[in-house]
Amino acid sequence: MKSELPITLPVEKVIDEAEGVKSLIFRHKLDAKPGQFLMVWIPRVDLKPFGVSYLEEGSFGITVCKVGPTSEKLCRAKKGDLLGIMGPYGKPFTLEGRRIILVAGGYGAAPLFPLAEEAKKKGITTTFIIGAKSESYLIYRERAKKAGINTIITTDDGSCGRKCFTTDALEDALKAGGIDKVYSCGPEIMLKKVAELCRRHQVKCEVSMHRYMKCGFGVCGSCSVDDQGFPLCKKVVLTGEEALRIKEFGQHSRDASGTKQPFAR
Amino acid sequence: MVDITAKLGRLKLDNPTVLASGILGVTKASLKYVASNGAGAVTMKSVTVEPRAGHHAPIILTYEGGMLNSVGYSNQGIKEAKKEFISLKDVGAPVIASITAGSKKDFAFLAEQVNEMGFAAVEAVISCPHTPGFGTMAGQGTPDSTREITAAVRDKTKLPLFVKLSPSVQGIGEVAKAAEDAGADAITAINTGGPGMIIDVKTGKPILGGTVGGLSGDALRPIAVRCVYDIYKSVRIPIIGTGGVMTGEHAAQMILAGASAVGIGTAVYYRGADVFRKVCDELQGVMKEAGYKNIYGMRGMAHEE
Repeated sequence: MKSELPITLPVEKVIDEAEGVKSLIFRHKLDAKPGQFLMVWIPRVDLKPFGVSYLEEGSFGITVCKVGPTSEKLCRAKKGDLLGIMGPYGKPFTLEGRRIILVAGGYGAAPLFPLAEEAKKKGITTTFIIGAKSESYLIYRERAKKAGINTIITTDDGSCGRKCFTTDALEDALKAGGIDKVYSCGPEIMLKKVAELCRRHQVKCEVSMHRYMKCGFGVCGSCSVDDQGFPLCKKVVLTGEEALRIKEFGQHSRDASGTKQPFAR
Repeated sequence: MVDITAKLGRLKLDNPTVLASGILGVTKASLKYVASNGAGAVTMKSVTVEPRAGHHAPIILTYEGGMLNSVGYSNQGIKEAKKEFISLKDVGAPVIASITAGSKKDFAFLAEQVNEMGFAAVEAVISCPHTPGFGTMAGQGTPDSTREITAAVRDKTKLPLFVKLSPSVQGIGEVAKAAEDAGADAITAINTGGPGMIIDVKTGKPILGGTVGGLSGDALRPIAVRCVYDIYKSVRIPIIGTGGVMTGEHAAQMILAGASAVGIGTAVYYRGADVFRKVCDELQGVMKEAGYKNIYGMRGMAHEE
């Protein structure tokens, strides 16, 4: 009989990634694929979704950005602290093609990194575009270098890499041609731009979306999207075309009560 | 050919499966999604007077015997709900409004608010086991309280009125009778049971954000079937048999016990959102094999000598 109960694990290691961003590593054989997410439980506090950002034989990790009270508590976690893990949930990315581009806005790089590693392992030519508002918010720069992953860095203020948006760098690459598929995660306004660019250039793409999620397995209804009404958590990774069919894509999400919250432009 | 159309008073359903309140149903789009998966009717997630974020997560856990939930009535509040749940004909199945409150005054207010929104019926939930200020934690569900709340809602609406009862009472038939006497048109039986608790032994802490949660699924089903059986003996109004229905065979048990329709919620987890279509297909098979031509002929047959 299947059951959904957290597995309690001690934090094995904490990695400082950037300003207000940490990764928590656990020693545990996780049966997950790049793109899937976990619900992470802080006892007596809350349970929140996180993409799997480290995925190795016998260990895995999540990357947490301080955005609210729960993530702030997670960022204070130390080696040995007990956290609960539920999942993995959602559908993984479908890795295909010979030349691919990964587009990450801010900590949207989290679920994309294991995909970049898998692509490299399979000999797929991969470019990882990582963007942030400025240098101090960039994550995984060193990690990518160590892993031998080809990156393009963009910042809004030009403090590191190219001074442009990730989508500008993507557009240049698409114009140059020869790209088989694009994968993206980050702010939804950016995801929509990515999906639209890929549609225009007739290149396949997959985007990893987020909504307020309370259960993670398609029962509570918190993440049901307008107009189709399916719970996003059952997918999370959608093709660009699927995402563009969602009426609220790039428009609004909902809060804990289900009230609409428009995305800031 | 087996006929599985169902009737709840004057409300006619293409099939007897009804989405129970609290599973999906947060938005109109979500109800539409469930209707497209074959539900005969859908119930919105319960609305309260004010918006509520609900309990912290985890809000839903499952274990070997079923599910525990401590959602805690998260909802947009009636003001936003009036903008969300519009043009309900698009949903593709009758939509049941679900209202809940801590007082009969608030129940009456909500009943008035949902009147002109295009709902096919209104369900008053007086039986949540895990949210302070509501349901059994507010002392609702006694025969007296049931009578008072039902009468207050009845006074404000002409819509078919369903009252959703808790299994955690002595003599559920008596509670159902109180609702019927006060003007209820149907009984939804039952809400989740318990409440229950699951503790993580490594941290030593209860896992649910709300500490305790309502029990549903397999563990609840035999209790739900017995409750429907008891209520059938006590009232003349129809019953929506709800609690652990996962298969057509379970739906058949409910109908034999006395249900006119069956609520489905937790099964969405075990069998997917298309569980409604699956249950209908299986129910037709069960009825055919047992020689029942329609729901009316099968209803309450467990009471026959």
